[in-house]
Amino acid sequence: MTDLALHTPAPDRAQRRRFGARISPAFGYAFALPSFLLMLGVLLLPIALVIAMSFTDYELGATEFSFVGLENYATLTDDRGFWKALINTLYYVALVVPTSVVLGLLLAVLVNGLTHGRKFYQVAFFLPVTSTLIAMATVWKYLLHGTIGPVNHLLVALGLPSIEFFGDPNFVMPALAIIGIWALTGFNMVLFTSGLTAIPEELYEASAVDGIDSPLERFFTVTLPMLGPTTMFVVITTSITAFKVFDTVAVLTRGGPQGASDVLLYINYLEGFQYMRIGLASAITVVFLGIILILSLVQARIIERKVHY
Amino acid sequence: MKPADGPPHQLGLTMTATVSISAIEKRFGATQTLKGVSVDVAAGEFLTLVGPSGCGKSTLLRILAGLIPQDGGTIHIDGAPVDHLAPKDRDVSMVFQSYALYPHMTVRENISTPLRVQKLHRSARMPVIGRFVPGQATARAEIASAVEAVARQVEIESLLSRRPAQLSGGQRQRVALARAMVRQPRVFLMDEPLSNLDARLRVHMRGELSELHRQLGATFVYVTHDQVEAMTMSTRVALMMEGEIIQVAPPQEIYANPADIRVARFIGSPEINLFAAEADDQGQVSVAGRPTGLRTKPKGPLTIGLRPEVIAVNGGPSDIAIPARLNRMERLGHDVLLHVRPEVDADTSAIVRVSAAEVEALRMRGHLEERLTLGAPAASALLFAADGKRLPSRAAQGVQAAERV
Amino acid sequence: MSRVRSFLTRIGFGPGQIAMHLFLLVCAFAMVFPFYWMVLTAFRPSQEVFLPTFHWLPQEFVGFDNFRDAFAKAPLWRFMANGLIVCAGILVVQLLTAIPCAYALAKFEFRGRQALFALVLFGLCVPVQVPALPLYLGLAFTGTLDSYFSMMLPFFLSVFAIFLFRQVFRSFPDDIIHAARLDGMGEFEILWRIVVPSAKPAIAAFAVFSITAHWNDLYWPLVVVTSPELAPPPLGMMYFRDTDLGSSFGSLMAAATVLTAPLMILFLFAQRHFIRGITMTGVK
Repeated sequence: MTDLALHTPAPDRAQRRRFGARISPAFGYAFALPSFLLMLGVLLLPIALVIAMSFTDYELGATEFSFVGLENYATLTDDRGFWKALINTLYYVALVVPTSVVLGLLLAVLVNGLTHGRKFYQVAFFLPVTSTLIAMATVWKYLLHGTIGPVNHLLVALGLPSIEFFGDPNFVMPALAIIGIWALTGFNMVLFTSGLTAIPEELYEASAVDGIDSPLERFFTVTLPMLGPTTMFVVITTSITAFKVFDTVAVLTRGGPQGASDVLLYINYLEGFQYMRIGLASAITVVFLGIILILSLVQARIIERKVHY
Repeated sequence: MKPADGPPHQLGLTMTATVSISAIEKRFGATQTLKGVSVDVAAGEFLTLVGPSGCGKSTLLRILAGLIPQDGGTIHIDGAPVDHLAPKDRDVSMVFQSYALYPHMTVRENISTPLRVQKLHRSARMPVIGRFVPGQATARAEIASAVEAVARQVEIESLLSRRPAQLSGGQRQRVALARAMVRQPRVFLMDEPLSNLDARLRVHMRGELSELHRQLGATFVYVTHDQVEAMTMSTRVALMMEGEIIQVAPPQEIYANPADIRVARFIGSPEINLFAAEADDQGQVSVAGRPTGLRTKPKGPLTIGLRPEVIAVNGGPSDIAIPARLNRMERLGHDVLLHVRPEVDADTSAIVRVSAAEVEALRMRGHLEERLTLGAPAASALLFAADGKRLPSRAAQGVQAAERV
Repeated sequence: MSRVRSFLTRIGFGPGQIAMHLFLLVCAFAMVFPFYWMVLTAFRPSQEVFLPTFHWLPQEFVGFDNFRDAFAKAPLWRFMANGLIVCAGILVVQLLTAIPCAYALAKFEFRGRQALFALVLFGLCVPVQVPALPLYLGLAFTGTLDSYFSMMLPFFLSVFAIFLFRQVFRSFPDDIIHAARLDGMGEFEILWRIVVPSAKPAIAAFAVFSITAHWNDLYWPLVVVTSPELAPPPLGMMYFRDTDLGSSFGSLMAAATVLTAPLMILFLFAQRHFIRGITMTGVK
């Protein structure tokens, strides 16, 4: 017996250093691997390539290409069409964001204050968000039609001149913005509603005890300040969505009339997938990514602050 | 709980095992949670790890189960090292504070899970198609009867088709127990299983757990921060503080004979009374400037501890006498707690537990600042050195010359 | 009079409430009107659109003629089937890849976890238009353009799903995972049999979110698909409109109604999940 014990080999060093049954990190790697490979293939590599291509004069079908440095970017800064598209996009954002945010907030607060029928309104306002925008854009095109559209019927009935929304360079962006607002307001309303339900009821009770009894005053002293972080979040999210405007332009206006509704993603699409000027399109993509990343950084900052609120 | 039923699932015959924990260390980042903890648990013992929150007792239990790896030290179960084994291979089961029931499964499925994993082939455990895997009928029947038997034992037969969300806290607790019992493990680990129950149920379950331990005869390692649970259920108590086990002893021993001032303070409610004292060159101990009938070894400042119930009020001459004033009186029904303040040291306070009858006999009016004298026999005093270690003491007059520690 | 008023107030129709209802009804009308006009026009002859005044009901009801016409002129069933295939394919792969990754990020310690999560956060900011050109070139060079695969490829990875499920899994109690390990389950089994079932509401919300996004997506199909028989609903709608421009409002609106209907119906049935999906973008 003693003999046997003496001859039992000492556990080797590696085994001895391993204390306890560890869950192997291999599980972590195995679980993360498929996503990581996809991320590499459809996100990181393509982004690296698009940045690289923005420094070349590559065109699809061309047998050779060369590095041209910043030439594509120089071309863009000189290109009136590019600036026009950028300004149109920002104009669209400036029209859509304030309206859809304020309207979303207003609707959320009003619906939240109802004793009956909340569900009905929530469904009604949310319906546009789920709708197939292309199909509905087609509807809107005729709603806003210069002669036969009901909106113009309304304008005429009110004694106003009728407007050829999609034919008038001055009105095409507002017309697109109306569709954007219609499609986004319900989304914002839902976000605000969830922000509203997070406000503790005690705050309203406290404000009532403090003598604040007009609904408007209550809104400005309790609701709005408490919704501050939500509002900032909604503003940025809506800005990013609005900045990506593409569908309605591609289907309804194709940048017309006379480039009055050219937006960044639409000219990017044309350059890249219609004219196949990959280098130039890549440069536009990089500019687009830059702007989106800046907006996202602002958003991240806000979310961070929301945590400490 | 009901007594165990007969075959096929003889719950009274659970195997039991010794557990040996030696020099376990654990760090989380910069903080050392466990500083080389060692304790041996005998087969069939009910060992309670008790200590304030954050002392590392739950971490130790999880290391024992193999759920988190230790940074040093080894665990043996039945003499064999289990450090390299995955949790399921250690043959231990655990009841969690949160019960950790699978929320989407019925009570029956919850309880049967450990057996299904053990007895059914992997393919037979798949959802839907698992039912069509052949050759599992015997195993399924065994599992079903084992679940029934355990459910009967903890009296939850009527709840088997419910989901955890439909159960009360006490019922969930029983399900968690049943899930632990059904595999008949060598060692039961319990992590504060009663702390989520209301006070009344907690008292009731204390009794049931003791009874269960007696019936199963299995080894229990039980973690709690509640000294009452530790005192009432365990065969031995291991008191942990700041990542170390300070004392391991049977409940009565750890109360009467604490090895350290921290143990003395943690065990006992109301807390032990501590008075600053001084030992002179001859070892004579004096409190509040008055010599007592106590002697000890080293001279210098020390602390004298008196449990609230050993102090008598205005009881005539005694070994230790401390003049004090009354701060407050709490009547608890049968007992009365007197909150007093020693006259020499206005910053400390003390609590005396006396019976209501004594208060009547003393004709105390409960006035603030009422003067009284606290007295205690030397033999009941506990002496602690400046570093908190217990000091040996001796009643000098030889009235009760019991040597302690 | 005052008794009527107090009664109305008591049942929740005080003057303030009534004013709010009036305002909200006007807004709701504006929101829903396009749908009304679409359905209205789908049930009336095309010429009625050109009437100088607006009528609330069809002057001449044509039944399902416009729908028959639309189905005859364009493969609407095909468009919807394509939408279904693409959405289902995307969703399945998204869930199968994102769930384990999110679980690893939430509950496992491994080198590079922080970096991987940083990549996920970065990915959240990148719209599909950014990697579009290289992906298109890649598909072109491999000859896989104009296929279901090409329509699904960029969306197989959903960093949003990873992010969302990571949040959900993080709040899953470690104790239950520990209990499952003690009960003898393997890591894979714990994920799919214990953790995933508890995340069902989040998965449903994400599914609704994903289906809505890809059913309605125009950009990517427009880039990669050239054969009409592969077109998902938005692209199909675009083809339909182009071939039929101005000629038949009735059938155009019938087509629009048909292509919008599936999501509307989904929404009416799964409202809860829709709303939760959206709120989850905000809780981050």
